[in-house]
Amino acid sequence: MTPFEQIAFAVLILSSALCLYRVGRGPTAPDRTVAIDILGTLVVGFCCLMAWRTGRDYYITIAIAWALISFVGTLALAKYLEGRSYDA
Amino acid sequence: MLEQIAMWIMGVGLAFDLFGCIGLVRLPDVYNRAQAATKCVTLGTCMILLGVALRAFGAPDGAMAVKALLCAAFVLLTSPVAAHAVCRGAYLSGVKLWEGSVEDSFSERAEEIRQEQTTEGSVDREETETA
Amino acid sequence: MRWLLCLVTVFAVWMLLFWSVDPWVIGSGAFFSLIIGSLLGAVFPEEMQMFLNPRRWLFFALYLPYFFFYCLRANVDVMFRVIHPDVPIRPGIVKVRTTLTSSMGKTFLANSITLTPGTLTVDIHGQDLYIHWINIDTDDAQKRSAEICGRFEPLLKRIFE
Repeated sequence: MTPFEQIAFAVLILSSALCLYRVGRGPTAPDRTVAIDILGTLVVGFCCLMAWRTGRDYYITIAIAWALISFVGTLALAKYLEGRSYDA
Repeated sequence: MLEQIAMWIMGVGLAFDLFGCIGLVRLPDVYNRAQAATKCVTLGTCMILLGVALRAFGAPDGAMAVKALLCAAFVLLTSPVAAHAVCRGAYLSGVKLWEGSVEDSFSERAEEIRQEQTTEGSVDREETETA
Repeated sequence: MRWLLCLVTVFAVWMLLFWSVDPWVIGSGAFFSLIIGSLLGAVFPEEMQMFLNPRRWLFFALYLPYFFFYCLRANVDVMFRVIHPDVPIRPGIVKVRTTLTSSMGKTFLANSITLTPGTLTVDIHGQDLYIHWINIDTDDAQKRSAEICGRFEPLLKRIFE
């Protein structure tokens, strides 16, 4: 690993740790939902760094799939918070 | 040269990511947190993707560059919508604004939405009961 | 028309994702975009037909750098507020009116507002936008609309209306 990659991974891991702190601390359900959504976007960043390091393009494919699926998951959680059925 | 530029772009993106997450911890209520975190982490991740695309463009690896740009477009389109949905859900589920807030024009509209939901719900129940 | 546009969009995304002109890729792409186009053509937004006009593409290309500039400014603004030791915020939810009427235009306006300095769209009802503003600096409704929507409305109007 080059120094740049080491620093990049360290920064992303620190960011994820801050997110996880918010997921654990709460204090309300929407706080946790926002933090999980942000964590999903950070995972896309991790996938990019892996693609940068290895030069293989399937990591970006994983990133695309992850971005779209975490979006759907967040929408489902938001609907649940609104107290409505999923098809509305 | 291209790789140097890509590294600088990625560095700025990583800094934005970090500050977004610090905002997530430091700010007082869910709306402010969503605001800081969404803005910073969305742009930060997009800049990381742009950096990867730039290096792949110079490699040259067309597939990776195009995929990274497509992924940036998806992130840019989806993450504000997710933040908006979560904030609306938070307000309707009754999370109060921070006590330092100076204005709240949404309370009347939120009341309307809740009423619509209860009437819709009762209609649904009647339908199922008659059926 | 709608079905055809949906089909073409799905096929274009497929080809971009594979980025090769192998006959197998093109064949299976055509097959799957036929299936998805026939399933989802009915929910594909009607307004996409406007993008057949190249003038709108031109304005969209102009809009992107403009949007990125405000996005960067927003990030520096948030960074300043977050590192500042006593977190200088004055939040609240305000209501502003927009002059845009098409649903695609309003969607893009709401997304742009969310990613620009200090504002987050909470709800849209008709032409009223409810916006969570991190630092309310004026009480005048006119000035608020100008500050929040005024940046993007002229360009978005040309793109989507």
